[in-house]
Amino acid sequence: MNRVIPGLPLSLGITVLYLSLIVLLPLGALVWQALDVGWERYLAIMSGARTMAAFRITLSTAALATLFNCIYGLALAWVLVRYEFPGKRYLDALVDVPFALPTAVAGLALSALFAKNGWFGGPLAQIGIEVAYTPLGIAMAMAFTSIPFVVRTVQPVLEDLAADVEEAAATLGASDLRIFARIIFPAILPAFLTGASLGFARSLGEFGAIIFIAGNLPLKTEVVSLLTFIRIEEYDYPAAAAIAATLLGFAFVMLFLVNMIQLWQQRRIGTGD
Amino acid sequence: MAREPLPPANAHPPRRIRVGDGPLARFLLIGTVLLVTALVLVAPLLAIFAEAFRHGMGAYAASFAAPDTQYAIGLTLFTALIVVPINVGFGIAAAWCIAKFRFTGRNLLVALVELPFSISPIIAGVAYLFVYGAQGLLGPWLAEHDIKIMFAVPAIILASLFVTAPFVARELIPLMIAQGSEEEEAAVTLGAGGWRILRLVTLPNVRFALLYGAALCNARVMGEFGAVSVVAGNIRGQTNTLPLQIELLYQDNNAVAAFAVATLLTLVALVTLVAKAIIERLDAARVKAQGKPGH
Repeated sequence: MNRVIPGLPLSLGITVLYLSLIVLLPLGALVWQALDVGWERYLAIMSGARTMAAFRITLSTAALATLFNCIYGLALAWVLVRYEFPGKRYLDALVDVPFALPTAVAGLALSALFAKNGWFGGPLAQIGIEVAYTPLGIAMAMAFTSIPFVVRTVQPVLEDLAADVEEAAATLGASDLRIFARIIFPAILPAFLTGASLGFARSLGEFGAIIFIAGNLPLKTEVVSLLTFIRIEEYDYPAAAAIAATLLGFAFVMLFLVNMIQLWQQRRIGTGD
Repeated sequence: MAREPLPPANAHPPRRIRVGDGPLARFLLIGTVLLVTALVLVAPLLAIFAEAFRHGMGAYAASFAAPDTQYAIGLTLFTALIVVPINVGFGIAAAWCIAKFRFTGRNLLVALVELPFSISPIIAGVAYLFVYGAQGLLGPWLAEHDIKIMFAVPAIILASLFVTAPFVARELIPLMIAQGSEEEEAAVTLGAGGWRILRLVTLPNVRFALLYGAALCNARVMGEFGAVSVVAGNIRGQTNTLPLQIELLYQDNNAVAAFAVATLLTLVALVTLVAKAIIERLDAARVKAQGKPGH
């Protein structure tokens, strides 16, 4: 790029040193501690009923939360890009609330809303739906904290979408649904999948928002992050290391997936698709 | 009859109706989205204030008189005061080398900068425990030298540094890449040194993104819960930050106080979002005036 601008050794040095100390050293220590556990013990920890249940609950509620955000997030991005209406600016600003609001505050608010005498909990109880202290509550908390991902990844792509292809399809007599399914959705699909994956990854590791509303019963409403925390409090460091390292593995798989999606997207753009 | 004015040469042809522009689709989509948003995004915010003021202004104000709560406010401010400047410095350094240069491993470095975003705060906390805890990598050495990091303020600061490391860098990197390096190169030709260029050319060009990144970083530091709850040890009046204090009050069945403390952090979040909106507007105005990508 250039050799004129000064400061590469200094800025690169600071960046690498800082990342090594703040990010790599602790993650390395975690992996070291997990390797120290040994394969057999690792399998024993991971196949324990409580650990298995925690992973099952976490994966299924995260999937539910992601499903919600795929639908709501896509609709929200669509409405923000395609329509003009009063208060649109405020709606756009509201999307970032889950990123700016501390997770503990979000959890506290949700627990108040879904309590038996809460604004939502009361009416829902009358039709027999319980959210607080159930997996549904966990999914609610995960959904709240990951709302912005799909919206913010899809929004810019939807904005850049040229109108002419759509208009051509309409001229040829294609219905709205068909145009959406065949032209618009394929164009936003990589961004959509990226947002969904990021949201799913975030949900897998969520802690603060969940513990206020989940009830935290082992085997029923205990998520992986909470189980890790409990193992630490019990000084069961091998179990904490094994579970945390597995969760870290999930995070890397999701990152890899997101990178693959982005490569795919770049290739599609590269071939003029 | 007056003739209709001719359209300007570059005007768009009359817009055809695009997908979803029909009145029914429009009404249904906007209506549904607004309704769901009111339920999932607005109601939680309102609930916090409703619960905090449930027993009136007096009870709300009294919540802040507790010494533990006052300590938590102080500790949270102290942590932010240390963490935000460090991560602003890191963000500038990372953006400088990534945006202005090409070198082997540059993509890997970008991925590393963003890594903390993808990692559960609980994992971050546990990882720090395995470095600085009694059984950790450096535990024995620290004990020998009588240095206390775990379950004390230094651990809170370290965990917060981890969690918020990407915020400033992530705002700056794409912007500095988009802006290019011509201005800096010109400054070099005119004989300016690196620090002068950074201070007088680069930073003014990215000031809005820098401010927004710092504001987000600050909100996250003040609100971080998972990582801090692992490393802080929850010692009342010693290692309780505001989010931990909220949980403690809630477990003590002191709901009004928990929600009252939560309103403080909610206000921080709302101020951050308003700042974002203002910064985006200023920036849009600047782009219009200069034709240069801003924030």
